[in-house]
Amino acid sequence: MTPTYYLVLSAALFSIGAVGVLVRKNAIVVFMCIELMLNAVNLSLVTFSRINGSLDGQIMAFFVMTVAAAEVVIGLAIIMSIFRTRRSASVDDANLLKY
Amino acid sequence: MSALAFTYTPVAAAATHVPHSYALVGLVLLPLVGAIIVFSLKTEQAKLAKQLSFLISLAVVVYTAIIAIDFNTDKHITTANQFQFAGSWVWIRDFGVHIAFGVDGIALVLVLMAVILVPCVMLASWNSLDSKSGAEEVAAPGAPQRSVKNFFGLMLLTEFFMIGVFTATDVFLFYVFFEAMLVPMYFVIGSFGGPRRQYAAMKFFLYSLVGGLLMLASVIGLYVTTGSRSFAITDLIGHVPQGATQKWLFLGFFLAFAIKAPLVPFHTWLPDAGAEAPAGGAALLVGVLDKVGTFGFLRYCLPLFPQASKYFAPTILILSVIGILYAAFLAIGQRDMKRLAAYTSVAHFGFIGLGIFAFTTQGGTGAVFYMVNHGFSTGALFIMLGLLLSRGKSRNIDDYGGVAKAAPIMAGLFLLTGLSALALPGMSTFVSEFLVLVGTFTRHKGLAVLATTGIILAAIYVLYLYQRVFQGPAREKTAGFRDVNAREIAAVAPLLALILFLGIFPKPVLDIINPAVKQTLHEVHQTDPAPKLGPNSVVAGGTK
Amino acid sequence: MTTTAHGIESAAWLLIALPLISGAVLLLAGKRANKWGHLLGALVPIVLFVYALMLFFAVKHEHNREVSRHLFNWIHVGRFSIDAGLLLDPLSLVFVLLITGVGSLIHIYAVGYMSHDPGRRRFFGYFNIFVAAMLLLVLADNYLSLYVGWEGVGVASYLLISFYYDRNSAATAGNKAFFANRVGDVGLSVAIMLMFAYLGNTSFQTVLHSHLSNGVASAIAFMLLLGACGKSGQFPLQTWLPDAMEGPTPVSALIHAATMVTAGVYLIARSAAIFDQSQSARTMITIIGAITLLYGCVSAFGQDDLKKVLAYSTVSQIGYMFLAVGLGPGVYAIGIIHLLGHGFFKAALFLSAGSVMHAMNDRIDMRRFGGLRTVMPITFAVFVCGYLALIGFPLATGFWTKDKIIEAAFDKGGTSGWILGIAALLGAGLTAAYMTRALVMTFFGEKRWEDDVHPHEAPKSMTLPMIVLGALSLVGGYLLIFGGGVQHWLTPSVGPSVEEGVHTVNPTVLSILTLVVIALGAYGAYAAYGRKAVPVEKPVAVSPITRAARKNIYADAFNEAVLMKPGQWLSRALVYFDNRGVDGAVTGLAAGMGGSSSRLRRMQTGFVRSYALSMLGGTIAVVAVLLAVRFQ
Repeated sequence: MTPTYYLVLSAALFSIGAVGVLVRKNAIVVFMCIELMLNAVNLSLVTFSRINGSLDGQIMAFFVMTVAAAEVVIGLAIIMSIFRTRRSASVDDANLLKY
Repeated sequence: MSALAFTYTPVAAAATHVPHSYALVGLVLLPLVGAIIVFSLKTEQAKLAKQLSFLISLAVVVYTAIIAIDFNTDKHITTANQFQFAGSWVWIRDFGVHIAFGVDGIALVLVLMAVILVPCVMLASWNSLDSKSGAEEVAAPGAPQRSVKNFFGLMLLTEFFMIGVFTATDVFLFYVFFEAMLVPMYFVIGSFGGPRRQYAAMKFFLYSLVGGLLMLASVIGLYVTTGSRSFAITDLIGHVPQGATQKWLFLGFFLAFAIKAPLVPFHTWLPDAGAEAPAGGAALLVGVLDKVGTFGFLRYCLPLFPQASKYFAPTILILSVIGILYAAFLAIGQRDMKRLAAYTSVAHFGFIGLGIFAFTTQGGTGAVFYMVNHGFSTGALFIMLGLLLSRGKSRNIDDYGGVAKAAPIMAGLFLLTGLSALALPGMSTFVSEFLVLVGTFTRHKGLAVLATTGIILAAIYVLYLYQRVFQGPAREKTAGFRDVNAREIAAVAPLLALILFLGIFPKPVLDIINPAVKQTLHEVHQTDPAPKLGPNSVVAGGTK
Repeated sequence: MTTTAHGIESAAWLLIALPLISGAVLLLAGKRANKWGHLLGALVPIVLFVYALMLFFAVKHEHNREVSRHLFNWIHVGRFSIDAGLLLDPLSLVFVLLITGVGSLIHIYAVGYMSHDPGRRRFFGYFNIFVAAMLLLVLADNYLSLYVGWEGVGVASYLLISFYYDRNSAATAGNKAFFANRVGDVGLSVAIMLMFAYLGNTSFQTVLHSHLSNGVASAIAFMLLLGACGKSGQFPLQTWLPDAMEGPTPVSALIHAATMVTAGVYLIARSAAIFDQSQSARTMITIIGAITLLYGCVSAFGQDDLKKVLAYSTVSQIGYMFLAVGLGPGVYAIGIIHLLGHGFFKAALFLSAGSVMHAMNDRIDMRRFGGLRTVMPITFAVFVCGYLALIGFPLATGFWTKDKIIEAAFDKGGTSGWILGIAALLGAGLTAAYMTRALVMTFFGEKRWEDDVHPHEAPKSMTLPMIVLGALSLVGGYLLIFGGGVQHWLTPSVGPSVEEGVHTVNPTVLSILTLVVIALGAYGAYAAYGRKAVPVEKPVAVSPITRAARKNIYADAFNEAVLMKPGQWLSRALVYFDNRGVDGAVTGLAAGMGGSSSRLRRMQTGFVRSYALSMLGGTIAVVAVLLAVRFQ
């Protein structure tokens, strides 16, 4: 078992997530893509933990999961309230905060 | 002061011998306390605010006079003990920052000049805010009443910073005062000035801030490169590494001071600020605040960076001479009398720069004496312009003519002020100007001769202004001008009396300045060039 | 070697302090002093004259007739140490006597002359300050103190020229005088700096007893000469002096004829030791003197204003003095003697011109005079005394003093001697001619004044000083030259006079020749102006020479075209450059910052996904840089 495969998988997941964030308009989908990226990072953290034989990476992964959970709560709440006021979940419609 | 007589060993000595004279702390705090009291008055208590401010400023004069009398002019000076009435307290321990005050001869005479100017300015501005006849321009309809107590409070606050900046002996503390000084002057220009006050105040602030930040970079650089773990000037002198580092650090300080002074080509903020500031504010701005720039050359640039000073001196000397002639031509061409006065000061700062970077005792002493005289002379000039504006309500010279007919005393005072600005022999301005020129001449003949031609231009801008405003047939508008009253005379007369007295007997002031300048030149490793022919050419008994 | 002052001599500082205090009192006391101000003002110079006489006799008995009075240490910075001190020596005492003596007479005259002027107190205040400054100028024992007096008289002169400040012409004339003087002052300043740089001192004691290298001596001498030219109205700085006639007539008499304008001659005579070391500077002085004396004569012809005629005459006579002092050792004393004589007769002429003006309601156009000799006999008599003295009529002052200068010029020898001599001789003829013209136009012929003018003789307070000066004009020259008294007296200061050197032209022959030239000039002018009626209006169709003379040989036009106009343009151009160029660069920088930041903020589009893209781009860039550094 080579850890490289895990890293390749992690990179692939991260890229999918990143592309998703860039190309999709729906806020929910963009949000899920971000989660995908976070989890890709988690995967690589755990892998490196394994490679280095220390627990630092796994602890970091837990932190990321906690933050991600908190983020989901706040993020979904924001998306809900935007949807309620503008009847749209497209990220391009929420562009008032600009120059 | 005998406790200070130790041989110089950096850091360690400074740590063991900490002087604690409270004399200057009291002097610095007096106007600050005054300012706080005046600010805390109610807006309606305008009269009380004026009287209180004036009394406090007089008290400061007395306090300073006592210190000046106590000042020891015969003391043997070394780098470490050049400051008298020194007091030092730790401020930020980790960086070696101290609240440290002290005066040498240079600082003392400048503080004296500043504190004498303040009550005069207050007297002159007594009615310029709260009476129609005293205002310098016709108020726009619906313009808000300007707060008298704020103006006088700002004057005292300015005085606090002025004293602080001249007496600080810690580079960091100096920097703090140097920057903080901008704030009260910003408000004096911005809230009490003429029609374009916002623009002028912003320009003044930004210009000075740019210089200040360059200086901050150099202050930090100084701390890092010397490794003294102290910001005290006496600890830093002689410890700045030579070479490119010193040049860059020098430039940071120099640009800050050159903008402040201002030297050509960094001068364009001064005509705007000088013209838009109320006359009293302009008197302090040009008379004292700008001196911090030239004071900085002497106190910081020369002793801290001797090698770089010598390296850049030719450039600065040439800039100074250009400034003398260029600004004089600009002054001749002005239509706005306050801008004219501001440009004359740019020319005078050229002389001061010339004297400082000529590296001779005559040039240096002349430059310091020039700073003092220029403070009195330009202060009086701006005060006189303010009095004139309160009658004419216009800064345009062409709106006047024949004022001498209606106001002969004012004309006489103005002429005396003008003559002091053109450095008439018999007035103190002449002594200083001639010292600068002769000091420069012994090293740089061509530059000194060029600068000397500036005296023709000075005569033209002063007397041409006087002719257009005071001489000629009286106009309909000027015929009704009120002559100066006792209060207005009292605002200018002490300054003119000092100029005349020091012109005939400058010894008391020169004796204070001389040792300090000598010490400064010693730190730059410079000595006066000896007379070319020497005493041998003198034939005993004469040839005739 | 000088003697230290003792006894009466040690109070010599009173000579300067008294008039200064009295001037200050008059100016500061305000209207309260209007009643007695003029009396105090006139009393002071009289007191000073008496004191000066006492000083004169005291110093006469001193060793070498040189007394120094140290007052206090004025400026001391490093090696630059200037003591304020006074030097009483033959040269300075001669001047002190001239200033206080002629000054007293003119002060008395002014009491009457200014009696109807509301500014009389102010006038006497300025006048006393002038006396103080002038006495400081001649009594100073070092060049820097001299410079203080030098500028002091300049300011007093400025104040008095623009005394009628509500007249634009007077204000402009005052400024012109001050500016021209300042040009000269640059010279004097630089000379003092040279003295310090090369000798380390500016006191007469050191400077005048030093051997200088030729270059240094010439440099100092030329700079002193520039200063002298400015103060004495010599070519090329002469144009201010005729304009200075805008001041009240006593001012013209005292300042712009008898004393201040001769300060240049004093400076050169005082610095004789320096000029002796520089042949080129001396040659320059003689050239300037010769040019100026002819220039003044020619310009005087074109003037219809009596005071301007006298002013150009002053320019020309000071030219003679320059010529004399430029001729060098042995001739200095003759220049000084001419200066003293000139002080008498020119003051007499100016005072009688003032008396005429007084009588003619302040009108000064000679074309409107005529036939005044019967109306104003005393004034006429005094004017004639001055006239005879000026043109060099036998036995009158000019005969003794001017002829000596002409003689000395010829005696210089060589081509230059002949040129200078002939110029001086020609000048004598022209002087006789233009003075005859002025005399004839003013006092002879038909009356040409307007009906509202009622000429009358002046009051006693004016005529008495005039008579004294008139008498001095006639006999003063003889007194000055008698037995070589003054020349001998001046010897310690300027060296002995050459009495019997080699003469190029036999003195008797030259004297007769000079008289012939003078007679020719006087007769020519009489023929032109005395035989036929003088037109009231200026003739228009005149020769180019007359036209040039009327415009003082285009000197003013030259100054205006070459100095004033370009100066104004330069000033205007620099103002434009400063506002647009220097300040424009700063405001341009500010505007540039503002503009570019308003462009940059457009990048903040509000689209989340474009932010995400830039973040991604940034991340990739950082990673790429890291990798590039790592695996380069």
